[in-house]
Amino acid sequence: MKKDEVPQDLSSLGKITKELCYATDSSGKYVAALSSGWDVKITALDVAWGDIEKRIAAAKQKVLNKEASQLLFFMEYRLMDISILAGYTGFWKWQIKRHLKPEVFDKLSTQKLEKYAEAFNIKVEDLKSMTIHED
Amino acid sequence: MKTDFEHRQGAHCESGVTSNLLSIASNGKITEPLAFGIGAGLFFAYIPLIKINNGPAIAFRTLPGYIFNRTAKSLGIPVVSKRFSSKQKAESYLNECLEAGNPVGCQVGVYYLPYFPKEYRFHFNAHNLIVYGKEGDNYLVSDPIMETTNVMDSYQLERVRFAKGALAPKGHIYYPKQGAIITDETIKQAIKSGIKKNVYNMLNIPGSFAGISGIRNTGKKIKKWRDKLGIEKSKLYLAQMVRMQEEIGTGGGGFRYIYAAFLQEADAYLPGNQLAEISVLFTQAGDMWRTAAVHAAGIYKGRIGSQDDFNKMGDYLIEIAEVEKNAFERLKNIKWQ
Repeated sequence: MKKDEVPQDLSSLGKITKELCYATDSSGKYVAALSSGWDVKITALDVAWGDIEKRIAAAKQKVLNKEASQLLFFMEYRLMDISILAGYTGFWKWQIKRHLKPEVFDKLSTQKLEKYAEAFNIKVEDLKSMTIHED
Repeated sequence: MKTDFEHRQGAHCESGVTSNLLSIASNGKITEPLAFGIGAGLFFAYIPLIKINNGPAIAFRTLPGYIFNRTAKSLGIPVVSKRFSSKQKAESYLNECLEAGNPVGCQVGVYYLPYFPKEYRFHFNAHNLIVYGKEGDNYLVSDPIMETTNVMDSYQLERVRFAKGALAPKGHIYYPKQGAIITDETIKQAIKSGIKKNVYNMLNIPGSFAGISGIRNTGKKIKKWRDKLGIEKSKLYLAQMVRMQEEIGTGGGGFRYIYAAFLQEADAYLPGNQLAEISVLFTQAGDMWRTAAVHAAGIYKGRIGSQDDFNKMGDYLIEIAEVEKNAFERLKNIKWQ
């Protein structure tokens, strides 16, 4: 890639920092060049997030239909699978699977709910009410 | 408290951290491309059985941790490397290092990294940064992919040092011992050994998941994705591939440009071995990876998507495999001058 061909399509990262990449100057020598983003990878990231948004919406519907507890919604929202959540909370995977049932989740102690809230970086009342605040 | 440290931006987190941590010992000679090449950083692997964000694992670089360890070892630098089960011990050890004047590398997860934009936060636990000081409850952080330094409070730093999930960092901390000196002769030997190791990784790993055969095989598989996975899932997979190839930390073209830059710098240390000429082949490979990415984007944007388009996508990788095979064979056959 030639230095003057380094793409400068503003990405969400580009607003915070430019990325360093390696490109050749007019004599063919490699130099460090800064890029504020590239349309091709901005769209790739959009595709990934589009899929995540779909999963979050599906999880929300399941919670509203009482097919799953609020945990499922926040797991999708925080891109966590059961192993990652087990890592953050210290619960066993089988416990989390139980807590994914609405009737079990509704009876959880505040102490347990706090562990989940910390893992998701939210407040207990938001966990219960499935409320998100953009961060 | 602040250690003697200068932040320099890099393309890739681990080679950037390595280069910056070795800056004093090498008098600034170990640039990021040199660290990447000596650490035999270039790679390709496609592992559909391991899922990352619901897509296949595709890597254009070697395993996390490998570049620092290999580079330091090849340059004869003793390394301190520790992991912790206790968060308290991890923090007090970090503080001791800083008090002793050592900037230290830390492996972290990016999901809760406060200065990253939300769109870039995934549960990826093999990111690297340097902690070079502490003021009150705030740690001074040099993340090589960022233009400037950042500050994180002790809770924020603990959270990312103890991120959970695959490749959990467990407070992993590492740094070169002070006092080592790197000579030009050591660098020459380290370059040769790094190239040799990278040749092996790309040409000789058995099976068809890694190296050149991995690229070729992935090209063949892509041609079948449309029928096998359906168009929607194929789009996700292609987008995942492009992200691994081009996203922050690659220097562009799936690390091929940074490797080309390495060979150019290596040529100055070891002239007469055609390293500069071979570097041009890696530039070509990088350009081809980017052309393939543009084609992939056409598919995941929904602009194109016929079976012909998938065949063309697969053929791009098969052609790249040929170019890289030739480049690595030329590296393999060097009679060092």
